[in-house]
Amino acid sequence: MTSTAVIFMIFGLGLFTWVYARSRANRFLLAGGQNVNSLPSYHGWYAALWAVIPAVAFVVLWTAIAPALGSFAVLDNPLAASLPDDPFARAAILAEARLLSRNPDLKVFSDAAQQLAPLYKAADSRYAMIGGLAAFLLCFAGGAYAFTRIKPDFRARSRVERVVMLTLLLASLIAILATLGIVASLIFETIRFFGMVSPFEFLFGLDWTPSTDVVDGKATGDFGAVPLFWGTVFIGAIIAMSIAIPFGLMSAIYLTQYASVNTRKWMKPILEILAGVPTVVYGYFAALTVAPALRSFAAMIGVPNASSESALAAGLVMGVMIIPFVSSMADDSITAVPASMRDGSLAMGATKSETIKKVLIPAALPGVVGGVLLAVSRAIGETMIVVMAAGLAANLTANPFASVTTVTTQIVQLLTGDNDFDSPMTLAAFALGLTLFVVTLLLNLVALQIVKKYREAYD
Amino acid sequence: MTDAAETQPDQRPRQQTDWMGPQMQKRIAGRYASEQRFKLLGLAAVTISALFLAFLLFVMVGNGAQGFISTEASLTVDLPAATGGVTPDELRGNRLRATMSSIDIRRIYDTAVETQYGEDGARFFAGNAWTRLRDQLTRNPELVSKRAVFWLPTSSDIDRAAKEGSTPKAEADYQQLQAAGDVRSVFNMGFLRNSDGTDPTQVGIWGAFKGSLITMVITLVLAFPIGVLAAVYLEEYAPKNRLTDIIEVSINNLAAVPSIIFGLLGLAVFLQVLALPRSAALVGGLTLALMTMPVIVIASRNAIKAVPPSIREAALGVGASPIQVVFHHVLPLAIPGIMTGTIIGMARALGETAPLLMIGMRAFTTTPPQGITDPATVLPVQIFLWSDEVNRGFVEKTSAAIIVLLIFLLTMNAFAVYLRNRFEKRW
Repeated sequence: MTSTAVIFMIFGLGLFTWVYARSRANRFLLAGGQNVNSLPSYHGWYAALWAVIPAVAFVVLWTAIAPALGSFAVLDNPLAASLPDDPFARAAILAEARLLSRNPDLKVFSDAAQQLAPLYKAADSRYAMIGGLAAFLLCFAGGAYAFTRIKPDFRARSRVERVVMLTLLLASLIAILATLGIVASLIFETIRFFGMVSPFEFLFGLDWTPSTDVVDGKATGDFGAVPLFWGTVFIGAIIAMSIAIPFGLMSAIYLTQYASVNTRKWMKPILEILAGVPTVVYGYFAALTVAPALRSFAAMIGVPNASSESALAAGLVMGVMIIPFVSSMADDSITAVPASMRDGSLAMGATKSETIKKVLIPAALPGVVGGVLLAVSRAIGETMIVVMAAGLAANLTANPFASVTTVTTQIVQLLTGDNDFDSPMTLAAFALGLTLFVVTLLLNLVALQIVKKYREAYD
Repeated sequence: MTDAAETQPDQRPRQQTDWMGPQMQKRIAGRYASEQRFKLLGLAAVTISALFLAFLLFVMVGNGAQGFISTEASLTVDLPAATGGVTPDELRGNRLRATMSSIDIRRIYDTAVETQYGEDGARFFAGNAWTRLRDQLTRNPELVSKRAVFWLPTSSDIDRAAKEGSTPKAEADYQQLQAAGDVRSVFNMGFLRNSDGTDPTQVGIWGAFKGSLITMVITLVLAFPIGVLAAVYLEEYAPKNRLTDIIEVSINNLAAVPSIIFGLLGLAVFLQVLALPRSAALVGGLTLALMTMPVIVIASRNAIKAVPPSIREAALGVGASPIQVVFHHVLPLAIPGIMTGTIIGMARALGETAPLLMIGMRAFTTTPPQGITDPATVLPVQIFLWSDEVNRGFVEKTSAAIIVLLIFLLTMNAFAVYLRNRFEKRW
């Protein structure tokens, strides 16, 4: 009997308990007279929870400890006395025997495993039987206990609601768990990486030629990430933003101040489609169409060593992707400027564009700056466009037609293929990831702070 | 009284501005011109952005439309002679297998190709064209009793000669086939039915699509309940304390973390610590669920917040408990908003590539995944893998896969917008 089957049966019993307890509680209502505290279905839920939760918790626990119990039983058997004393060899044989007991067609090499397999099979099925019986007993005991408590004045609802509340709290705690998981996994691997490469070299080194070789616990490759940081800033914060800021800002101004209601109704969703296109599509577009065009353009204007994987191609396409993001942030902060300021300016005789340039934009500036910072944080964390269009050469160059590489590109590059968690290359990806995480986090915090402060000023 | 007026009492009265004079008229004209310029600049920004989208779609459709078309060449096979008189009945039911192994379709195909197209005729057809011959024969056993014409997929070179141009030799071959009327273009059903492969004329997206489907189901099953319950807790019940603050910060932070970081988390926690199977839809779903959950939480919180307090007060007033207020009254009213946010979050997850690359969902599998622990790939990753192929034939397949992906995303987004407009109440 597998634990999945046991859990399914327990849920079936839970349903039965629910129906039975509910009909029992229904009798109070039909009898009338007394003060009934809870609706019948709450009694049903109360009984069902008592029947299901302890039993399922037991099954989960049992599934975790049963293999160990099985191993103890096998080791107690006289046949196990012949096993080697070396703990590693012993564990290997035991593991093999266990696999064999589950899958008799398996080919194994050690005779000991062959001998122990039937023992394992017997022990495992014995413990599965014990566990299953105990689970059913718990299920019945829980259900029976709940039945005895079904009385007209029993506060079943508040008990059930306490469980619901606990579930809600647990669901919220998963967010903390995920954050902790991210931080812990990044920091843990990064510390191991810094055991092989000094943090100083990583943060300030100018050469990036990673390799897997380790001599005396120190990595021999060059892990200076400055060219990566520069490439990331160059593509994400300089080229992309020089597209996204003017286009996004002007689009927002046009759509909020000039466009008719109809135009706005149509153009805003169209711009939002730009944000909904998957990044892999942008990457393919950049690599297939934009990069070759830019390369021939560069050759035409006489730029030496123009690469087919240029920073400009990736940056341009990324900028277009960010336009709707900047535009909607700017839109929000422009509409948040009090109408009285705008009306005042217009009443003084300023034209619309003068009002926008001298009143609205300065008033909305903190919001716009916050939006731009959020956009930058999104751009530097963007992966697929740069992986497909920006190239792998870690160049420290300001030539937009040359190939540069970014933090995210290198993370993908380092982690593609088999991951050996002792190799400095794998660990370097986590160090880069931590850097990226910290930088985007800081950018977001600063941006949100700016936006918040500004909102307060007008509310 | 201003200071200026006090210090200069004998200043002459200011000359009245001549609003109609040429100087002022010129200045006003200049201001209006600048107004026009500014407005046009804004219009240009919007138009160029929209044009870029149109150009992107145009390029993808232009490249990808060909991917839905396959080129087939005809092959006449004299089956009674080649099989030595096998009857249709021998190809039916449980006799099929024995018959098939006795007649050696591969040899029949080779002979027929040589008879019709000469010594080197195999260059016209795809490497596995003979399996199509076998499949057509199995599906329609009547053919075995006559001289039948089969339409089989051409080689990648001929396919490209038919579509966009290829090597001079392939072009000449194509001209030859065309002159004899031995070639046709048909809708490529295989593209929707097959999985990944090495021959661009034979690949399909079904495997990747199924992988995406399984991954999305896992993501939805995990992220939706957790996201909605967390939103309910934070919006309705959470006391103002340290723990609540930490939860809020975590969720807002998770929503802003670059997606690739979730891939690192999946790699380190799900694959390394929990030792779940690599490349599996299960791990992909778990990773994307963590990424989608904050989006659902934020959307659900907004939807719950939009339900007016009067509803809650009325329910409380007639004796509902706080839990009943939320689950009987607030949540049903917030469902349209929650659904909209969920669909948008799922659409984002469907288009996500980077975190799935990290956990190895780039498996080359020629069969679709059968379960949640089988090696799988998803549509966006398939697009990425095909875009890396050297063979030019993959360009149209990549674009065709992009078209399919975009159709799904746009449908999901349109559905979300429809839900919002149709069901969301303004209170």
